[in-house]
Amino acid sequence: MSATTATMPRPDFIHVEDYNFWYGQNQVLFDIDMEIPECQVTALIGPSGCGKSTLLRNMNRMNDLIDGVSHKGDIRLNGTSLYDPDVEVISLRKRVGMVFQKYNPFAKSIYENVVFSLRVAGRGKRCELDETVERSLKDAALWDEVKDRLHDSAFGLSGGQQQRLCIARAIANQPEILLMDEPCAALDPLATLKIEELITTLKKQFTIVIVTHNMEQATRCSDRTAFLYMGKLVEYGDTLQLFGNPKQKDTEAYISGRFS
Amino acid sequence: MRQPSKENNLFVSTGRSSKGEPWIWLTAGGLSLGIVMVIALLGLILIKGVSSFWPRQIVVMQIDGENGSNKMAGYITERSERPSEGGNRIAQIQIFRGNKDIYGESFLYLDERNIKSQEISPGYMLVERTEYGPAILKPVKLVTPSGTIEEGTQGFDDAVQRMIAINEEVREQTRHIERKLIGANARAIRDIEIDLKVGKVEAEAAAAMREVLQEEFVKFQADAAKVRERIAGYEFHGLTADGREVSYMGSQLLGSFRPNDSNWFQRFWEMLQRMWRFLIEEPREANTEGGVYPAIFGTVVMTLTMTFFVTPLGVIAAIYLREYAKQGQMVRVVRICVNNLAGVPSIVFGVFGLAFFVYFVGNSIDQVFYGDKLPTPTFGTPGILWASLTLALLTLPVVIVATEEALSAVPRGVREAALACGASKWQAIQRIVIPASLPGIMTGIILAMARGAGEVAPLMLVGAVKLAPSLPIDDIAPYIHPERKFMHLGFHIYDLGFQSPDAEAAKPIVFATALLLILLVLVLNLTAIIIRNRLKKKFAVSHF
Ligand SMILES: Nc1ncnc2c1ncn2[C@@H]1O[C@H](COP(=O)(O)OP(=O)(O)OP(=O)(O)O)[C@@H](O)[C@H]1O
Ligand SMILES: [Mg+2]
Repeated sequence: MSATTATMPRPDFIHVEDYNFWYGQNQVLFDIDMEIPECQVTALIGPSGCGKSTLLRNMNRMNDLIDGVSHKGDIRLNGTSLYDPDVEVISLRKRVGMVFQKYNPFAKSIYENVVFSLRVAGRGKRCELDETVERSLKDAALWDEVKDRLHDSAFGLSGGQQQRLCIARAIANQPEILLMDEPCAALDPLATLKIEELITTLKKQFTIVIVTHNMEQATRCSDRTAFLYMGKLVEYGDTLQLFGNPKQKDTEAYISGRFS
Repeated sequence: MRQPSKENNLFVSTGRSSKGEPWIWLTAGGLSLGIVMVIALLGLILIKGVSSFWPRQIVVMQIDGENGSNKMAGYITERSERPSEGGNRIAQIQIFRGNKDIYGESFLYLDERNIKSQEISPGYMLVERTEYGPAILKPVKLVTPSGTIEEGTQGFDDAVQRMIAINEEVREQTRHIERKLIGANARAIRDIEIDLKVGKVEAEAAAAMREVLQEEFVKFQADAAKVRERIAGYEFHGLTADGREVSYMGSQLLGSFRPNDSNWFQRFWEMLQRMWRFLIEEPREANTEGGVYPAIFGTVVMTLTMTFFVTPLGVIAAIYLREYAKQGQMVRVVRICVNNLAGVPSIVFGVFGLAFFVYFVGNSIDQVFYGDKLPTPTFGTPGILWASLTLALLTLPVVIVATEEALSAVPRGVREAALACGASKWQAIQRIVIPASLPGIMTGIILAMARGAGEVAPLMLVGAVKLAPSLPIDDIAPYIHPERKFMHLGFHIYDLGFQSPDAEAAKPIVFATALLLILLVLVLNLTAIIIRNRLKKKFAVSHF
């Protein structure tokens, strides 16, 4: 995978090109143009309703499920368009894992939750599954807490543990990209901190795109930050630079909390 | 939720809180009315149903009527009043005096003022017989092959019990010979006739085979006669309250009990035995005596078969409607149609089942597979398969609606998570959505079963009969007989209550059967509910 390749990380691993998006008649993304580099954490920030989730959910074509959506422009993943007729949505989603704002484990055991993506891919060899469970849970910093009750229901876990389980589930099949939509929104500060640490470790293996409302979080764990406002990409650059020395007035207003 | 009590909640003024109270009373009143009605219904059926098994004591009465003085024995079934000419009301009682073969009517009403004396005198016996219902009499003597035993001597009751046990065995054995062996023999002969008709066998060969079977038949009959020998030497003599001598062959007697000489424990034990026999025996005498086992069996088999058909059909239809069909005008129309189907009177389904399943499908099956047996229909006549299918159609909307609701209650996030893991739509439905909605689906199935088990009207058209000669599942190959007619508890109630030649005698059985039907539906539902709760625990959807 990307971490093991000897070549330099691609600076335009995900390339959003003049992307416009409509829910029915309602356009929510306008001419978005951005390059997301490989093996880095990119944060999407912006006021509520500005289209962060929409953009994120288009990166694994999750919005295809909604009736009446349409788009113009393109998103390229490592050079290939997501909308290429040869691209199968299912195999695309295997390469792009997703963690949702609300933790949503399946009504199954912890073990079965983690191996779900392997099972639907038809890979059911016991040793492979066991190995995947241990690796993913360790990566998600959950292994020590649940290793004695892997076959208990996932609902027996705390909220933060359930969210880390969802992360383990998303990385089990070793995707190239991990999309995270406000992964800490439902968590307490301690669990948030754990997940942030996790993101920093995970970026060695995955390209991570994270939506967050929390400025500190964006500064703490992201390399690059994009500020969206009313469906437009206002500013995009290195996190430190964007927060330290924003070029746009809107950005400055937003990050300093002086936003109406 | 606990409401904060008034003392703690000083800020709520009483004036405001009392504003809503009339409505609270109204809603509470509606609920209580419902509960009272349910309790009254169940209580009445429970009391009437159970008390019909209670062995009541036999009262001997001296009656002075218009036509002279008369002595009478029986048990009191009802006390009531009737208006007389003078405007005042006359107390009357209904008694059961049995001995229908002597008196014509088992039940009769007596004016209470005509009764000169009543006493519960010892020695009276309630004797169950194969015909004419029970007899009430004072035993005199029992003739057995090894000598005569007089009433009052040591071991009389034991001898009677022994004779009844022997008779039971004899009946069991002869039933086996007649039903099973002679039945198979008759079927073999019929098959030869069919083979002969279609030219599968030569006339001579057929005659030879028929000869063999004929011999076998004679042998079976001799066997049966030999079994009956065992009970032939017994004779039971008794005396009715008004002094008539009666005697019965041993083969006529099925049971005896002396309610006046038994303590509470013995009577309770007798009640349990009667209940048990009611459950496991076949009906006798136009269903007014004996048990309801075939009806229980038919109801259970019919309901389970119906569930077997309706569950996959309804669930698959609902999955398509909810998950795959494009949500538009068309689906809306289909949904309205399905909902309206639930409101169609059940007898209409019966008519449809008769026309479509029995006449069209059944006749076609007969034409193709059972052409040899025509004109005798096999599937082209009402039967348990057609009844189950008809009821499956009837209950289909219930399952579809419940399943759709359960599917739509699965949180969107869980589906998206499954898809984000690289599952195809079908995989997400099959592995995540259906397990999560199983409890809801089970609720639909439970409702469907409750509705199906209690339905009577359509069954009359498509397969329920007042007396079915054999069960739909038995030990005769091919063991499962979906084409057979069957008995059903609901239809049994209707038949006893409205079609019985002796309405009074059937009354207790009507209540007992109604109680049984309720219990049966309850048991079926409870089983399904237990299964559902298991599933709920296993597939609980998290709440956040
Ligand atoms: N399924 C949908 N159908 C129609 N409109 C939608 C849908 N989802 C989102 N929208 C609209 O698209 C716009 C952007 O929504 P989006 O969810 O991307 O915002 P967001 O930036 O993620 O906001 P938040 O921070 O509150 O999550 C909003 O105006 C919203 O009303
Ligand atoms: Mg959002």
